[in-house]
Amino acid sequence: MGRTLAEKVWDDHVVRRAEGEPDLLFIDLHLLHEVTSPQAFEGLRQNGRKVRRLDLTIATEDHNTPTLDIDKPIADPVSRNQLETLRRNCAEFGVRLHSLGDVEQGVVHVVGPQLGLTQPGTTVVCGDSHTSTHGAFGALAFGIGTSQVEHVLATQTLPLARPKTMAITVTGELAEGVTAKDLILAIIAKIGTGGGQGYVLEYRGEAVEKLSMEARMTICNMSIEAGARAGMIAPDQTTFDYLEGRDHAPRGAEWDEAVAYWKTLRTDDDAVFDAEVVIDGSALSPFVTWGTNPGQGAPLSASVPDPASYEDASERLAAEKALEYMGLTAGQPLRDIRVDTVFVGSCTNGRIEDLRAVAGIVEGRKVADGVRMLIVPGSVRVALQAVEEGLDKVFKEAGAEWRHAGCSMCLGMNPDQLAPGERSASTSNRNFEGRQGKGGRTHLVSPQVAAATAVLGHLASPADLTDAAVSAPSGV
Amino acid sequence: MEAFTTHTGRAVPLRRSNVDTDQIIPAHWLKKITRDGFEDGLFEAWRKDPEFVTNRPERAGATVLVAGPDFGTGSSREHAVWALQNFGFKTVISSRFADIFRGNSLKNGLLTVVLPQETVDRLWELTEADPTAEITVDLVARQVRAAGIEAEFELDDNARWRLLEGLDDISLTLQNEADIAEYESTRPAFKPRTIQA
Ligand code: SF4
Repeated sequence: MGRTLAEKVWDDHVVRRAEGEPDLLFIDLHLLHEVTSPQAFEGLRQNGRKVRRLDLTIATEDHNTPTLDIDKPIADPVSRNQLETLRRNCAEFGVRLHSLGDVEQGVVHVVGPQLGLTQPGTTVVCGDSHTSTHGAFGALAFGIGTSQVEHVLATQTLPLARPKTMAITVTGELAEGVTAKDLILAIIAKIGTGGGQGYVLEYRGEAVEKLSMEARMTICNMSIEAGARAGMIAPDQTTFDYLEGRDHAPRGAEWDEAVAYWKTLRTDDDAVFDAEVVIDGSALSPFVTWGTNPGQGAPLSASVPDPASYEDASERLAAEKALEYMGLTAGQPLRDIRVDTVFVGSCTNGRIEDLRAVAGIVEGRKVADGVRMLIVPGSVRVALQAVEEGLDKVFKEAGAEWRHAGCSMCLGMNPDQLAPGERSASTSNRNFEGRQGKGGRTHLVSPQVAAATAVLGHLASPADLTDAAVSAPSGV
Repeated sequence: MEAFTTHTGRAVPLRRSNVDTDQIIPAHWLKKITRDGFEDGLFEAWRKDPEFVTNRPERAGATVLVAGPDFGTGSSREHAVWALQNFGFKTVISSRFADIFRGNSLKNGLLTVVLPQETVDRLWELTEADPTAEITVDLVARQVRAAGIEAEFELDDNARWRLLEGLDDISLTLQNEADIAEYESTRPAFKPRTIQA
């Protein structure tokens, strides 16, 4: 019988298989950041262990880093201590680190792919749930806890139970103005935050094949919000074109050998998935969340749902609690919801294509009065590219704040936070209570919706912008 | 890791679904670099409410958390497990746990027990009606027992054995050093490297 993409990558990494035990899997790439690694390094130290494969390990600083005044000492002593701990640990153990101020610094899931380290058919782990992002390359990539970080540092392997596989087939083509973010939000709303639990999802079908690498990363990034172990997309010419020439991509004869292998990484025609979901991509429209988990979303054209309409008691209760927290009433059109803040960034939508999309919409327009718009590139490289294209100027002229790279308001571990009761439209991935700051209210949106929302001051899509942009586009 | 065999204690009934790890331990707590001292961060936002279940005097010292479905979704932060343990919980019961949270909990000796929602409902009713009611979670017999309730639960043999013995995963894996070295010797040269080793 044929095998699925996930099964092929899994099988190629089994170091040891024994009856009644989880498989021992080899890890090709281990990404580290400051938040989930200190206790792991401490564990190594206590046991007199070293990092087994420094050549498969890389660290960056992202969660705590400020996005303003990065040349000054970090004001919060606790954040500073955590970053300094990472620096000490990397120096002591010999791990390659990209610190604040380094040109390769940025959100860990933006950095791996742009360096060409994330490759098809590899296993990638990081102490961060959005490691699923890297699955866009046909890698088996998943988030791990700190105990597992220590385990990988010490052994370059992980004992893991083989996951089940689920196909998510998106038929048709996405309509104009419908993005990867809308698609993944719609998928999560359909299968639920627990729908992917125990599965590796494989996104496939015409709509997915047409997506760029960056859009594919947006999709795979949010697999975890459906509860999945990982998300994957089979590598194809789009993948190879993205990788060719990148710093850590193979070259010469090795490139040919790699591509030949990568081309085998497709689910066989006779392979059987444990579950299958089909979505009509052509029927989708811009999608936003109204609640406090990423499954609580609806098309922008809809209204806030009535909790009483849920048959399932726990869903009803969850919807009631969400509306209370979000300060919304059932039946209110989503387009009427006014926001205080718009956040563009994160490992979901902080890449160059996202910034270009936002710039294309805000160019010649102004951010609405009373709205603050934060634009935080996913990495220094993304920031430099944006500056080269003049996007930073477009943002500033529109009245947005152009910040330094990092996780920023995605989780508010640095000073970028919502105040209690403040409402945001955010291109990030989690609308949990307090995620962007205590008492903050988050609506998850695509970059395009974020941009239109910033201009109009209420949740909106670019199609709602009826004015002609004030100036002519300047090559954006 | 501390071994887990059987535990009996009073319960905290937490009637909420989708309790994500941002609720269990908010991000600003993640700046700490130790595995302890997270008890005050547990459910921090909800604990501001004096009526929140863990604040009720009759729940003081309870060690069994009985939670709604999809407990531990979201971030991979193992701090969520440490916070529950630092606070005093030994075991968590739910009809469904998020995968990463479950993996983290078992690696730290916090037993996560999956029971059908109707059993969880009965445990909620029992412990809400009588806060002194005790729940026994018996990993040897793979059974949860409380007044009028007896329910079997699943946990694969390997995970159970590791918990019962309190085994350190890394030491176990290092016993397979020869297998790892052999695998490494056959990896293709085109695989990515972060530095030249
Ligand atoms: S951008 Fe947000 S989701 Fe991504 S790694 Fe940073 S905190 Fe996590």
